[in-house]
Amino acid sequence: MRVGIPQGLFYVYYYPLWKTFFTDLGVEVLSTPPSNRKIIDQGIAHAVDETCFPVKVYFGHIAELCQEEMDYLFVPRFVSVERKHYICPKFMGVPDMVRASFTKLPPLLSPLVDLSRTDKHWRKEIMKVGRHFTWRGKKIEQAYQHGMEELERFRQLTRQGYSPPEALLVWEGKKLPLPGKGDLNIGVLGHGYALYDEAISMGLIKRLREMECNVYMVEMIEKSYIESRAATLPKRVFWTLGRKIAGSALYLHQQTDIDGLIYLACFGCGPDSLIGDLVKRNMQDKPYMMLTVDEHSGEAGINTRLEAFCDMLRRRRINSESNLPTYGQLLYSLQGSVEGP
Amino acid sequence: MGNSYIAFKALLKGLDLEVILPPPITQRTLALGSKYAPECACLPLKTNVGNFIEALELGADTIVMAGGWGPCRFGYYAQIQRGILEDLGYSFNMVVFEPPDTGFDDLIEQARFLGGGIRFKEALSLFKFAWNKLIACEKLEKAIEFYLPRSEEKEQALAVYRQGLQAIDMAESREEVHFCADQSIQRLKNLSCRNDIQPLKIGLLGEIFTILEPGTNYYICETLGLLGVEVKRSIYLTDWINDHLLAGLVKKSRRKKIIKRARPYINYWVGGHGRETVGYAVEYARRGYDGLIQIGPLTCMPEIVAQTVLPRVSEDKGIPVMTLWFDEQSSAAGIQTRLEAFIDMLQRQKSSYSREVEA
Ligand code: SF4
Ligand code: SF4
Repeated sequence: MRVGIPQGLFYVYYYPLWKTFFTDLGVEVLSTPPSNRKIIDQGIAHAVDETCFPVKVYFGHIAELCQEEMDYLFVPRFVSVERKHYICPKFMGVPDMVRASFTKLPPLLSPLVDLSRTDKHWRKEIMKVGRHFTWRGKKIEQAYQHGMEELERFRQLTRQGYSPPEALLVWEGKKLPLPGKGDLNIGVLGHGYALYDEAISMGLIKRLREMECNVYMVEMIEKSYIESRAATLPKRVFWTLGRKIAGSALYLHQQTDIDGLIYLACFGCGPDSLIGDLVKRNMQDKPYMMLTVDEHSGEAGINTRLEAFCDMLRRRRINSESNLPTYGQLLYSLQGSVEGP
Repeated sequence: MGNSYIAFKALLKGLDLEVILPPPITQRTLALGSKYAPECACLPLKTNVGNFIEALELGADTIVMAGGWGPCRFGYYAQIQRGILEDLGYSFNMVVFEPPDTGFDDLIEQARFLGGGIRFKEALSLFKFAWNKLIACEKLEKAIEFYLPRSEEKEQALAVYRQGLQAIDMAESREEVHFCADQSIQRLKNLSCRNDIQPLKIGLLGEIFTILEPGTNYYICETLGLLGVEVKRSIYLTDWINDHLLAGLVKKSRRKKIIKRARPYINYWVGGHGRETVGYAVEYARRGYDGLIQIGPLTCMPEIVAQTVLPRVSEDKGIPVMTLWFDEQSSAAGIQTRLEAFIDMLQRQKSSYSREVEA
């Protein structure tokens, strides 16, 4: 048995769980390479124009995957991963959109992930997926348990400073050094499937590192710090990712040794348009840049803007070197986070 | 939204509040909104910002807004808007009606703030009065949607319609409200209507705000009516209030049925009205409509989901579908052209079909 998992959307957050789960059930997992131009073009061809870039890219991965033989295509319906919080309306409709946009599809495995009110049904959904491959409930449960452990191992890696795609490689057994140290500290924000997809973000993180920046990501910050800052907002942000982004932004804003923040937004993304604005209003004196990308963005443009931003930060630093505490404080608090949950 | 201001006005007036209604939505409203709102925000948010600025300019000091808890953007509008308006230097109170997140206390607190010392019984009769105005407006809207395409004096029909709305707005008793509506409908009927022709019938689907507010849909219902097309909307405000705010108390709800119709194209809730859009598409196809037009603000998430699956509905049920997105840069002329082309196509299809039937 073979199951195809497109490398898009929540892949970057959950792949270790999925992969372990299916492998333990004796299923071969088939996936796609990281996004590339061909995948993007196929996505654009299959999706409606108005859809956001990440969904188009996801469609591209499905098109790519469908050239292979497989028994099932794994397209979960992510509505909510925690109480009272959602992902995005489009995520809720992903399996429906996929079904309508492709003519020849293998049968879909679309478990419903909706924990907004209760997590009662979640177990049943897992069983339903597992039952395609085995009748032994115990085995399915164990596979899921094991998957969650692997997921935790992967998350541990992201806390150490690996970006999620790097952490995935390390998790799969590759040896990668932790990124080297630069002179600027920059926090990057955005939806993970955009921010960490090199084709969507135009290699934002790689570029920043090449420009001698230490990159701080949401995954590196301790959860409780994020939540306590997010709780200070006048209204609870009901998007899970949005809340984490906003909470992280507020946290990083308070850290004196963070030089600036970059928000990678997708053109036409609903949550980004509001969260980006919310963050901006809360950045009093910290340099903040919003980069909006879509399938037409050019690499050159991004590079120029990043260079200008870094130059500005360096000038600022020299100007205020005398009256700023030396950095080191943040590294300390990040160490705390490594031991966190 | 749309003519509902008539009902709101009645309601707030009864509460002894001085009401400053935002002036009708114009190009200036949209321009103001898009200047100050986040660039990629959806049009309703921008329009609201424009509305509020215009109302504040007229001296309003309290803004009433609805809230929500997701999954779509609407629930976070008020907070963003407050930030924008405060940055512009306005001072005002903002009352946001949130559906209870933890308890009903906030809601009651806010209603008190607005309502002053009013008693429950009075409040109830006020609501009923406003509700009647809403129903009367809708009767009239449905009438114009039916008679406009059939009328030979279209300009005049529109004039009658507008006068009727004004009369409903002024009316002071429930009887008067309905009398005004019925009288206008009668006048529409008498305006040399051709009952012998069968105009094209189009179902208008999509996002609620765009459907209800002609200022943001470039008066699409009127435009279609003038082109001789009968329009049926998927959303009428009384239905929506009945379904969502009154839990189906006032009349029987069709919502369940429509949601069932959306299967197998959309099998789960997708926020906003995405699922209803698809459900109505199937429903209208079954009722033999000639075509469907989906409208919404650019980047509207639930409607993009719907748009993605509509071609399938169209193919399966053999009904043409067109999607129109609106933003502050849309142009009336461009929309007119696209509508005309779509209608031409439907007309051709219809006549070739009837020829086939006759042969
Ligand atoms: S959150 Fe934004 S980027 Fe993600 S699917 Fe929704 S609209 Fe697209
Ligand atoms: S349903 Fe559409 S218009 Fe309404 S908040 Fe969501 S994206 Fe905006």
